[in-house]
Amino acid sequence: MISLAGRDILHGWGKFVLTGMGLGLLIGVTLSMAGVYRGMVDDAQALLDNSRADLWVVQKDTLGPYAEPSSLTEDSERPIQAMRGVAQAAGVTYLTMQIAHGDKDVRVMVVGAEMGEPGLPGQPTHLISGRQIVRGHYEAVADVKTGFAIGDHVRVRRNLYTIVGLTSRMVSSGGDPMLFLSLKDAQTAQFQKDSDAIVRQRARTAANPQLNPPGNPAVAQAVNAVQSGNTNVNAILVTITPDANPDEVAADIRRWQRLTVYTRAEMEEILVQKLIANSARQIAMFLVILSIVSAAIVAFIIYTMTIGKIREIAVLKLIGTRNRTISWMILQQALGLGLIGFIVGKIAASLWAPFFPKYVLLLPSDSILGFVAVMLICTLASFLAIQAAIKVDPAEAIGG
Amino acid sequence: MTLPFTMSRRGWTMLAVLVPLLLLFAWVALRSGPLAPINVTVTQVEERNVSPAMFGIGTVEARYTQKVGPTAAGRVTMVAVDVGDTVVAGQLLAQIDPIDLDQRIDAAAGGTARSAALEQAAIAQIADANARVVLTRSVLARTEHLKRGGWVTDAMVDQRRQELAAAQAGLAAAQANRSAAAMDRGRLGSERAALVEQRANLRLVAPHAGLVVRRTAEPGTTVVAGQAVIEIIDPAQLWINVRFDQTQSAGLATGQAVRIALRSRPDAPLTGTIERVEPMADALTEEVLAKARFAITGNLPSIGELAEVTVALPAQPKTLAIPNAAVHRIDGHVGVWVIRDGDLVFAPVKLGAEDFGGWVQVLGGLSKGERIVLHSAKALSANSRFSIVDALP
Repeated sequence: MISLAGRDILHGWGKFVLTGMGLGLLIGVTLSMAGVYRGMVDDAQALLDNSRADLWVVQKDTLGPYAEPSSLTEDSERPIQAMRGVAQAAGVTYLTMQIAHGDKDVRVMVVGAEMGEPGLPGQPTHLISGRQIVRGHYEAVADVKTGFAIGDHVRVRRNLYTIVGLTSRMVSSGGDPMLFLSLKDAQTAQFQKDSDAIVRQRARTAANPQLNPPGNPAVAQAVNAVQSGNTNVNAILVTITPDANPDEVAADIRRWQRLTVYTRAEMEEILVQKLIANSARQIAMFLVILSIVSAAIVAFIIYTMTIGKIREIAVLKLIGTRNRTISWMILQQALGLGLIGFIVGKIAASLWAPFFPKYVLLLPSDSILGFVAVMLICTLASFLAIQAAIKVDPAEAIGG
Repeated sequence: MTLPFTMSRRGWTMLAVLVPLLLLFAWVALRSGPLAPINVTVTQVEERNVSPAMFGIGTVEARYTQKVGPTAAGRVTMVAVDVGDTVVAGQLLAQIDPIDLDQRIDAAAGGTARSAALEQAAIAQIADANARVVLTRSVLARTEHLKRGGWVTDAMVDQRRQELAAAQAGLAAAQANRSAAAMDRGRLGSERAALVEQRANLRLVAPHAGLVVRRTAEPGTTVVAGQAVIEIIDPAQLWINVRFDQTQSAGLATGQAVRIALRSRPDAPLTGTIERVEPMADALTEEVLAKARFAITGNLPSIGELAEVTVALPAQPKTLAIPNAAVHRIDGHVGVWVIRDGDLVFAPVKLGAEDFGGWVQVLGGLSKGERIVLHSAKALSANSRFSIVDALP
């Protein structure tokens, strides 16, 4: 038996393949848009994964440290460390800032993590080159997206830091690459004011008779010392022992330390449902519209392709071809077109994904879903075409 | 072999387009996205010397700082030195207003002189009383002789005796007057000496030779007791008050050689030694404090300048060592990803000292020559697919 569809495709294969490719690029855009959405959610997840924490302890009644500012004293970690079920607790600071690199600015999230022992929460999970921070000061590990190279010196506030290691996929929920410093350096970067501000603050203290009482110059010195030092952190990252239940440990910390604690699930909700909710919904809305438009275009292409062959179909009918055979031919062609379109789309999306400024995550499950959707749309679209073909009067073959 | 269908030239051309497309698709599906293998670089566990070191930051401080100020509140009348001056021991630095102190010294001197005059008067009175005692004694002796001859009455003898007793009492009173006057002179002399001492105390002098680093009051300023007017340091005795993170301070000891980089001249490091490791650590900042002495060459560094201090600890004997980038913590265990029979295995390791190059000693858990994952494009897990590359990214 000869394949009618195959014969027909072969007859105008150039047109067929080109149509498929055009369709493919459209599908590629749709898949990329899905990837952008997934990437956005994944950035938020990556932030949580990279911190390696089971619990986030933050300032009471705040949504910190990612969605709201949070500040608590560094030594709050000590009583937490001593609690049952807690394996490790480490302070961490986060600060998003612009850093000059060469003649351009790079937006980074400066992460201050305790570097005393390997694998503490907050440290980079893996390196793609270089080494971890060894000196207590003035060394940094940067995400490769910052564009920094090992050996580069970058200025964060008033100090120069040497890049000793590079990591990857360490980004903030907004997709800004991270720059890891030791906790003390990061505290300095975050809390130390610039020299002008300090000088002005000292002048204000000196002018205030309550802070600088006549006859007791030691008071002003003490006030200045208090104002220029800060050992706060934004959050305490806690890992729990394998046998502990995160909810119970969190409840204990809430009850006895009077601090706000989030578990991984709660933190995910804060990040995905609150922090990136609007931008993610924006992308999701656009994805829905794009999918509908793509589906409509696929349906129109298949329909017009069939209508373009209406005379040939009439001839087929004239020579006694059964309706089923004609329907099968149209369906086969539509599915073939969809297949080529999907393959081209998937290839295109995968090839251009790395060039997006933000992370684009193409999940296999999304691809499979996309494939099923394309095939379904093609089938539905071919029904319209089949209906038109079946209604064709064989006389048209002669008349016309 | 015959195909079940005949292929036209067109068919072959189409296949020539479709087959590469399919191959590209398969490649894309398997080599990108979450299904792609994770690129890793590997290294071998090797034996090498690890020379651990410590890194701390501190500030330049003078070992001895003298804050010279008055012991009682007063107004500064004169400041003799300025910041940057070199002073010798005993040199006048500043003067506090004595107010009425000179007059009080004069008054005390007058009082002493008056006491001396009173003492002289008392001495004269003693001489007078002595003469009267001698006279009355002689009169009494003569009267008693006449009484024995019956020439005078008993009443006359009693009167002469009373006269002698009165003269003796007069002498005792004169002697008492003299010693009172002498005591008064001593007291007023001491008072004057005290005032002179106080007067001297208002002259602020340098207790040691040194360099004036601070002048906190100008003439006319009123200062309280204990408030510094001039600060002097010994410029030959500077040290760095250095802070080391407690986690990295094992092995820190007095006498260790250090390299010091001042913030103003990072490229010209100085050498020094650890003079003292403070017995009290900083509990809040979790740091160990130490003092590092250094020899000054050229210009004096600013007091309070930031400095980086590197302590080289004795080199460890050759042991197995790995780069710290390979070390991970999984489920509470510190270890490395080892490639055994082509599979990733997480091997817990016991680590020792670490040097500034990022090499860390392996005390157990690995053997020489084992291949371990050094860098990876993503965090690994035991069932990660991986592909070994020479360099990332």
